Formats: sequence, structure tokens, C-alpha cells
Amino acid sequence: MTDILIHVEISPDGTPASNTGHLLALARGLGRPVAVAAVGPDDGAVPLGQALGALGAQVCFIAQTEAATNTIAGGGTEALQAALERFDASTVLCASTPDGREVLARLAIRTDARLLLEAQTLRLAGEQLIASHSVFGGNYTTESTLGSSLALVTVASSGTQPPAAIDAPEIIIETLAVNETGCSLQDFTQAQSRAERPELRGAQIVVSGGRGLASQENFSLIEDLADSLKAGLGASRAAVDAGYVEQSHQVGQTGVSVSPQLYLAVGISGAIQHLAGMQTAKRIVAINRDENAPIFSIADFGIVGDLFQILPQLTEQIQAKRSVSAG
Amino acid sequence: MKIAVLIKQVPDTEEPRKLAASGHLDRNEAELIADEITERALEVALKVKDGDKKTEIIAVTLGPGSATDALRKALSLGADSAMHIQDESLAGSDAVSTARALAEALRKIDADAILAGGESTDGRGGVVPAMVAELLGLPFAGPLAAVDFEGSKVTGQRPVAGGNQQVSVGLPAVLTVTESVGEARFPKFKGIMTAKRKPINAEDAASLGLTVDHATGNRVLSSAVRPPRSSGQIIQDEGDAVQRLIAYLESEQLI
Repeated sequence: MTDILIHVEISPDGTPASNTGHLLALARGLGRPVAVAAVGPDDGAVPLGQALGALGAQVCFIAQTEAATNTIAGGGTEALQAALERFDASTVLCASTPDGREVLARLAIRTDARLLLEAQTLRLAGEQLIASHSVFGGNYTTESTLGSSLALVTVASSGTQPPAAIDAPEIIIETLAVNETGCSLQDFTQAQSRAERPELRGAQIVVSGGRGLASQENFSLIEDLADSLKAGLGASRAAVDAGYVEQSHQVGQTGVSVSPQLYLAVGISGAIQHLAGMQTAKRIVAINRDENAPIFSIADFGIVGDLFQILPQLTEQIQAKRSVSAG
Repeated sequence: MKIAVLIKQVPDTEEPRKLAASGHLDRNEAELIADEITERALEVALKVKDGDKKTEIIAVTLGPGSATDALRKALSLGADSAMHIQDESLAGSDAVSTARALAEALRKIDADAILAGGESTDGRGGVVPAMVAELLGLPFAGPLAAVDFEGSKVTGQRPVAGGNQQVSVGLPAVLTVTESVGEARFPKFKGIMTAKRKPINAEDAASLGLTVDHATGNRVLSSAVRPPRSSGQIIQDEGDAVQRLIAYLESEQLI
């Protein structure tokens, strides 16, 4: 069976990034998953390997390098290069994040491999790797493949449960020398957010607010509803431009694309650029004052009404239900 | 200071966008514009030029004849000159082929900074600028939500999961931006008039010494239109909307 390398990103707290389990699940469908990470010389490589085993990695290749501590995406490309020499790999997967994209872009040039970009699903047809993609905001689904023997894949999807845990993964630790000529990390500021709120990308439920909220203060109504549903917090571009919420919450063409089980759009008219980021949601619920708002044309359930009346009641009733089922 | 800005022409996201049966963009159907994110990258360069008039800005694109319009737009906004890489053999280039062509063109320009959008609104791959950096042996910083040119280095904010990185990179470097860097300016009448006299230098595969290898590259196998979403149940709030919504969410097992 061929080896599938996974570029593992490390969160600021030293644990594998949230999408690692999803990548391992995709890899398991294609071959033997090998998790590859670059960490600092003093970072715990063995505990990291065990954490990756718990997410289904059979083999962990952990490169220790100073670059991982002080350089953006430092050592990621070199760790994968070293892993490619050691393993008989057909495929390298990463998440479509800033680090993942840079690492695979550099790897493609160094190894003369080609990329499958923004893959949603991956399958094998014989030896050939085929990726599906969501194009133009989900208006099209395409499939593509490569002519190169090594396939590098950036993965846009998320949310799959990790494969069964491996109790004693094989952990290989290697020291790597990396030229630190890149972009240096000076400081990191943690985002201000409520601790238990799920990440927008990959959340099962997303609650988004738009211009209809009318002010930054009112936007807390959206946050309250999101938290009552344990949902990711989203926003339209208009709400972001108006300063109601940070840009990282923007859903749409130029923001995050989401595909949750339930998308709740509140006070969002449904500009084509917003729809491009959420129209592949399984169910869409819209609340808007304007019955002609385009969002209603794609909503499974829509309420024409005053969100300032509806939101507090809705949040209260959901909280009540949660406390009943929890109690 | 010499700054090259990568410009990409894309279908307007304000209009429905179509794929041809080949899985490539249907250019006949589309209203083609300069991608807004590449205009925002240009704006970063223009602000440097606002502060130091000696700054030279070159807009660079790879694309068919129609892409000239996107370069003219960049020139009307204040770029000094443009470079247009155009060649039949480059049509359908994947990310690696695109990056190789751009890198050869950028070698000729020899800029202190290369600016680009973090990801285009059509392909959204977000890998070409980092490939260009690798091909040119340059550091890469991006995508940045704020960019500050400080002499021979650039500092910036790089949003990642869970927070913001403060980064620093020495020039020359390849930099990409998110839309948080701010809106692009509008062209002024004088800019539109002078743009017509600014040079657009033509390059092709031969002049850049490129042999394009489409065979090993990415190719589309199939393309399917998503079935349209049918509109569901739309109700007027008559005081019972919350009850009915909760009943709906429960019936769909969403809560």
C-alpha cells in the first residue's frame, strides 16, 4: 500500500491543528497515513506523535528544527522533502491554510510535482488520484486529476471524523537543518473570542448576521444565538465593512466558504457574493424584514419579520431546550 | 524602489459565472474584470508611491488578449508600466505552469517587492505567489491583512486560525494581501487619459524561454452544474414564527 503524507500544522498550544483528523481520514481512504510535522528542538515530539496516533496516524515523521519556532511555515517544506526520501509516497495532503498552501507550493517547485487545489473529496480510479472541487461558490462540481507521479493536494473540505486511533504509532524523529531566510515570526496575538465557540470553517451549525443588525452592539444578538446553538459565528461582507465584527468571520466569495448542516442567515439580503460562500449548506434558514430579499429564494425555511423581535425569543427558547435536555 | 504587482483578470463575481463543458471558464459568457484582490494589492504599492514618488510600479499579468483591459485599469490607477504575458501555448496553464511563466517575466523586471492577491476569486488556489517566490529564491510573506514598508523590510499582520501573526521579511520578497488591506482607489479622468500612453510590454513563451508541460499538469475530467436550490417554506411573522422555526429545526433534527 502506498504512503500518504500529511502536512500537520501545529496550533499555538502545541497540539495538531483542528483539521488534522479530517486529513488523516482522507488519507486512510487512499493508503497508509503518515503524519509529517516540523517542530522546535525543545517541543515535545513524542507527545505530538502520540496525539497524531490518536487521530489515526500509523506513522509520524517529526522534524525538529529551530526554523519551526521563528519562521513562518518554517521547516514544513523541508520536513516533507525528508519524508519523501524515506517513504514511498504517492500523495501529499495539506489543509488550504496560509501555511499549508505555502509549504505545498514550495514543495511542488522543489520536487517538480503538480497540485490538485482546493479538493473537496479524493478517490482512486486504479492508480489515478481524482479530486472533486466546488467551483464558483458551489455552482459547479468538477473533478480533476494530474499527469505527474507525485500528487500534492490542498484540501478545502473539513469536518470528517478522524479514523480509528492507533495506540502505538511508529514515531520517527529527525533533526533538520533549515536555512532561515524566510519570513520571520515576531509575535502572535490570540483572537478575542468566546472559548467554546467552534471554528467557523467546519462548524456543524453557522449563525451569520448582516447589515440588518444595524450596529456593533446589536451584533451580540447574533453571538448569543450562535452560542446557544454551539454554532460558528459568521457575517456578511456588509456587516464586516460596517465594523460590526472582525473580518475573520466573513462568509462569502472573499471570506470563508462554509458547508454546514444548518446555516442561519439573519438580516442578510443574500448578495451573490455571500451566496457563493454558503449555498452548499445542507439546510438554510433566513430571517429578514424584506420579503423580496434574494436570500429567501434559496432558504429552506424563511421568516419575514423583525429580527430584533425574533432573535431574543429564539435564543431564549433554544437555551431553555438545551438546559432541559442537559438537566 | 521597484514594485511588481501581479494582476489577474477574472469573471465578475457580481454576475452568475459559468464553466464551459471543458471545465474551464466560459470567457464568452463572463463579464471580465481585474480581480478586486489584485487591485487591493496594487493599492498597497500605490500608497508606497504616494509617499515616495520615485517608486516604480509595474503591473504584470498572464492571460489572453482581453487581459489588456485589466492592465489598462492598473495603469489608470497609477502603475507606471505593464507587462503582458500572452501565448496560445500557455492557455489552460495550471498553477505550476503559471508560476513558471510569471517568475521568468519577473526575473526581467528584477523588482524589490512583488505584490499579489492572497487568492483569486475564480480559482481560489492561493499557491501561485509562493511558487513564484520559490522559483526566484525569495522569501514569501502572506496573505497579509496589513502591510508596512519600512526601508529594506516589510512588516505585516498575517491572520491564521486562532489569531494574528506579526511578521517581518527582508526585501526583495513576494508579498500577498487579504482584502483587509483596504479598498482600491478609483481611477481619475487624468489617470485614464495618461494610461493610454503608458507602455505595455509583451512577452510570450519564446521570449521567456518557456516550454510548457501541460501533460503532467492538472486537468479537468468532468464538470457538473449544481442543481438549483428550490425555495422552501417562507412565513410572515405573526407572533408564532419562533415556535414554527423551532418545530422546523426539530423536524429536521437540526437541534
